Amino acid sequence: MTALLEVAGVSKAFGGLRALDDCSLSVAEGAIAGLIGPNGSGKTTLFNVITGYVRPDAGSVSVRGETVTGSSPARLFSLGVGRTFQLTRIFGRLSVMENMLVATQRHEGWLRSVLRRAASAAEVNHALELLDFVGLTRLADLPAANLSYGQRKLLELAYVLVADPQVILLDEPAGGVNPTLVNEIRDRIVELNASGKTFLIVEHNMEFVMQLCADITVMHQGRAILHGPPSVVRTDQRVLDAYLGGDEDDEELDDDVAVG
Amino acid sequence: MNGLTPPTAGASRAGARLPGARRAQGVAWLVFGAFLIAFPALFTNPTITSIAVFTLIFMTSTTAWNAFSGYSGYLALGHAAFFGTGAYTLAVLTTDLHTPGGYGVFWFVPLGGVVASLAAIPVGLVALRTRRHTFVVITIAIFFIFQLLATNFSFTGSSSGEQTPTPSWSAAGYNDRFYYAALVCLAIALALAVLIRRSRFGLQLLAIRDDEDRAAGLGVRVTRVKLVAFVVSAFSVGMVGAVYAYFLGQIYPQFAFDPLFDLTIALMAFLGGLGTLSGPLLGAMLLEPLQQYFTLQFSAGDVYLIVYGALFLVVILLMPRGIVPAVTDFVATRRVRRSNLAEQVALGQGGTQEVASGPAVADQVQAVPGGA
Repeated sequence: MTALLEVAGVSKAFGGLRALDDCSLSVAEGAIAGLIGPNGSGKTTLFNVITGYVRPDAGSVSVRGETVTGSSPARLFSLGVGRTFQLTRIFGRLSVMENMLVATQRHEGWLRSVLRRAASAAEVNHALELLDFVGLTRLADLPAANLSYGQRKLLELAYVLVADPQVILLDEPAGGVNPTLVNEIRDRIVELNASGKTFLIVEHNMEFVMQLCADITVMHQGRAILHGPPSVVRTDQRVLDAYLGGDEDDEELDDDVAVG
Repeated sequence: MNGLTPPTAGASRAGARLPGARRAQGVAWLVFGAFLIAFPALFTNPTITSIAVFTLIFMTSTTAWNAFSGYSGYLALGHAAFFGTGAYTLAVLTTDLHTPGGYGVFWFVPLGGVVASLAAIPVGLVALRTRRHTFVVITIAIFFIFQLLATNFSFTGSSSGEQTPTPSWSAAGYNDRFYYAALVCLAIALALAVLIRRSRFGLQLLAIRDDEDRAAGLGVRVTRVKLVAFVVSAFSVGMVGAVYAYFLGQIYPQFAFDPLFDLTIALMAFLGGLGTLSGPLLGAMLLEPLQQYFTLQFSAGDVYLIVYGALFLVVILLMPRGIVPAVTDFVATRRVRRSNLAEQVALGQGGTQEVASGPAVADQVQAVPGGA
């Protein structure tokens, strides 16, 4: 298996805070990789660096061997790196279907994009298939703002899938979601993985991570301190120290929602 | 409001427009168009047709402004820069080329639009790097730069302004030529607005309004989308600015580049309904005649400003989203309530489904103007 996504020696400081400090990570093709660590350890910043929202001070990110450090989020998405956000970000005033169509990739000039209708029948059908996959077909014409928190997570997953990404980064897919929907989300991830999609998942729900991910990276103070299967991660002393001896629990308060 | 969802979407649609309602809407637009075309035949009083020309100019400007600001959520308060650029393009060129007054001058109208959109490219590149409040302030600042340039350049006639050719048309029906020229501008602005609204480009603009960073993360090239919308919007405003210059016969920097123009078109769009197609038209048709009436009634020309201010407060208090969304909601809510009632009678219980809130709430959330 080759590394689909490779992060090498990435550093990023916000003022005096070193959010990422020489952090490296690699995700093999076809894997469901987990990324865990105490609050403020730099997981979300690492996601932001990988998806182009934050430019790293040092280090490189590559997808299938191609260096993409510092590319725009739009370009990274078209290269096949999809991403969901910790606090779901959907287009509340657009309908669920329109949310899906925003993500539809089409390579055309601006003039054509003005002249052509928003979506072809094929694009709508593709979107409907994906909505069906996450069980939201029924709600296709509702404004997305009406969806529950869990449904928004599913919508976010669905519209990331529209562009058929190679690797999908999920930022706390199970956070703040009711247990039934957590199972639903897990099933979808397993199904997608079986069809060849690669995942990198940040999650505080340990049960969720340990069940799903064969490969777990633990972050602490901006570094990847450990990489291994769940059995190793569960018992490693450094991981226990990172979580229990933590001294920066005040970061990313909203992370706390679904611990355990 | 639901216009973007393609008809092929098969799922049941709560609160959607029925085909009949859609046809009624089409008929209403046709009647409205016919009325606008027939207007000069119905009213020949030059005072009234003059008010009509100004009203059309503002309907066009507000529609064009809304096609950028209403859809993208970027509230631009500097479109008077493009209005003035269009006006000066016609005035300066016809003066320099010694164009005789007559129909030929109208050829400079599209040119006014082109020059205005060319001017909008650098303006947009600078201003669109900022967001929200900063963007508003930057557009105002850039507008004042345009006004200063017009006051100080010699080729624009400095502070004494610039004359446009005087046509030798007879007084009867004199205004009608300008009326139809402005009407063509309105048709173009409306066509552009509809085109944007129906296209993928428009969908991307609406996505930017809701969450620009998320849109970028889904492959929307946000800078390009915003800039194109900004430039297209400036085109229509520039064209109608040229008509305005020709109609007045003489333009001055402080009137062609009028900060009140910015506030007026924004107020018109807010009053009618930001982000809707009919709202800006309605807003302009209510406010511009009102302003002209006040100007004619009270020789102190600024009385209307007090009325505008009061009206703005009333709109914000009673219909924060404008007339059109408020009325649409009211109708939709009533229809849903009636059909729910029918369902309840049929099922013997409250027939609501798993979705937490009904379509009435949905529309409210959907149409909140501007900000996050």
